[in-house]
Amino acid sequence: MVKGGYTTPEKEMKEIFYYLIFPGFLFSALVGLMAGWIDRKLTARLQWRVGPPWHQNFTDIVKLLGKEVIVPEGARLTFLFSPYLGLVSAILVAASLGRIIISPANSFGADLIVFFYLLSLPAVALIIGASSSRNPLASVGVSREVKLLLAYELPLILSIITVVIKSNGSLQIGSIIQQQMFFGSNIFSFSGALAFLVAIFCMQAKLGLGLFDVAEADQELMCGTLIEYSGLPLAIFKLTKALMLYTVPLFIIVLFLGCSLSPALLIAKYLMLLAIMILIKNTNPRLRIDQVLRFFWRIPTLAAGAAVILAMLGL
Amino acid sequence: MSHKIIVPIGPYHPLQEEPEYFQLYVEGERVVDIDIIIGYNHRGIEKLSESKHFDQVPFLVERICGICSSSHPYAYVLAVENILGGEATIVPERALYIRTIIDELQRIHSHLLWLGLAGHFIGYNTIWMWAWKYREPVLDCFEMVTGNRNNYAMFKVGGVRRDIKDEDIPVLKKMLDELSPAVDLFRGAIMDDPVIKMRLKGVGVLTRQQVIDWCVVGPTARASGVNIDIRRDDPYGVIERLDWNVILEKEGDIFCKTVVRILELYESISIIRQSLNKIPKGAPIDAEVKDIPAGEGIGRVEAPRGECFHYIKSDGTNRPIRHKIRSPSFMNVASDKVSAVGGTISDATLTLAAVDPCYCCTERVAVIRKTDNHKVMNGWDLIKLSQEKTLRLKEVYYGRPE
Repeated sequence: MVKGGYTTPEKEMKEIFYYLIFPGFLFSALVGLMAGWIDRKLTARLQWRVGPPWHQNFTDIVKLLGKEVIVPEGARLTFLFSPYLGLVSAILVAASLGRIIISPANSFGADLIVFFYLLSLPAVALIIGASSSRNPLASVGVSREVKLLLAYELPLILSIITVVIKSNGSLQIGSIIQQQMFFGSNIFSFSGALAFLVAIFCMQAKLGLGLFDVAEADQELMCGTLIEYSGLPLAIFKLTKALMLYTVPLFIIVLFLGCSLSPALLIAKYLMLLAIMILIKNTNPRLRIDQVLRFFWRIPTLAAGAAVILAMLGL
Repeated sequence: MSHKIIVPIGPYHPLQEEPEYFQLYVEGERVVDIDIIIGYNHRGIEKLSESKHFDQVPFLVERICGICSSSHPYAYVLAVENILGGEATIVPERALYIRTIIDELQRIHSHLLWLGLAGHFIGYNTIWMWAWKYREPVLDCFEMVTGNRNNYAMFKVGGVRRDIKDEDIPVLKKMLDELSPAVDLFRGAIMDDPVIKMRLKGVGVLTRQQVIDWCVVGPTARASGVNIDIRRDDPYGVIERLDWNVILEKEGDIFCKTVVRILELYESISIIRQSLNKIPKGAPIDAEVKDIPAGEGIGRVEAPRGECFHYIKSDGTNRPIRHKIRSPSFMNVASDKVSAVGGTISDATLTLAAVDPCYCCTERVAVIRKTDNHKVMNGWDLIKLSQEKTLRLKEVYYGRPE
């Protein structure tokens, strides 16, 4: 991402700063863990409970770092490496997306596609890690995670295509933002609103929250995919989750609500999406995996398809 | 190609609070067979009961199950009173009312408990917390009337141990008045929610014939349209003088089981209200019972989970020589064998929970099938093993003992 073809130590330091501190790992992990706390606290208040103190999620991570790492017999390497794969891809998205929001000029190539793939990688990492643990409950969790991925990717792609069509076929997030700055957010049109609704459900599934938390289903599978993880790898998965809780809504905001990205508005929009997610999570039971597939491949896919057609008609 | 794996539910699993082991044989997500293994928590209550005298046994049997902790003592005292000539002939009027009130209060708290757990099992924790929040005033009333939230120690042969004070009656009525809207809320939130319907309708179905074949009892049977309720079929307390209905549903799926329990809450509230209005003032609450003559007696009570049956045989001494208990969950849990097979894992876990299983009630002696490869150890063998291990540890740390 270095322009001009040469690097200086100063620029390299800057790159490291971008990826590790702000807007990369450290910043997004802080935001994600705090968002996780908001989720836990609001959920608790909705359920007549007190809820944890603000630092609970940080304490949990620190506590996990000090715990013994138990590795099941089997594929040790994949079991221990997959958490890093998930974390690194989440950091990459968080850092690059953050830089693009700061200045749309930081956009590169067809970064929309890159982000889309990187955002799927944490789920893939979870699948690889869990299936190498050779636990029957984890394997059921893995099969559910795969089906979940298959279920929500199609409508998500369709709703992203809607956005691409609306910004004249550009696959660059920078130009999608600029387009929205000129013509207003994508959500303020029939096709955009429809695609946004679909994207909210996909986001819920991507984050494995309420209604779609089939892969971890603690009452059925005892945390399914994560069942064999402990200590540091588990902490890394939790961090990845926190990062995703920050990144995925940000991605949706950039695509659909990108007209003004000043810090105050950005925070307001993020909190709004978070509130929607918490509300869906707390007012719905968990679906069965076949119902998840049926749901996503019917209503949201059809709706997103309709959104694509509407966008092509210029609505 | 089919590839069968075993998904274990238990002996310790977040789904079941008690130690119980279900082996689900699974192809993909579909459950093709299920093994139910019990005996992790057997306490030998029936045998213990034979070493207690008649007045001590209620305290023992109410510890069979913390949730049905009035049904078991009630069924026991009914069995002893059966030897003496029947509940109605010896127990004073006021005690009969108090017994009915306690029994129905217990049904309310048990059904609310199950409702919360059912919400938890389908991943709907809001229902869980709300149900348990509204259950709390019921437990407070229990504490006020009996001194305990659970294990009430209210029942004795010939009457009850504690009176419901006059000043407690308005408090109980107020609790019931506040509970009704809460139950309305649950009825709306559960019976009209499309997602819950999607999850529960047509799942874990027990047909009418299967209910009869597997001797299923209680709300689980009533949800399949089998019209049995001990309160009506073999009345006890003052229940037959009150106006109430047996709730029946037809389909036998988990949704119907939920509906039956929610609607039964209304009936219980109504029964307690009527009893509180009709209870005679200032009357005695127990009759003096001197000796239990030789003979046999049975007591049947409609516990929140179904028919609770106690059999007592007396030889004229002060303790039972045989005490047989058949609790409802023992009958209901077995029916998982037909209702849970064929569904997915998600459905199976729900189905296991839908009979409102109480494993303390279900425990029986486990018979170990001895094969050539297995060594069976009893308690003493295990203690010996542990002593040997301690010796080895001592050798490591202190050197060889003298």
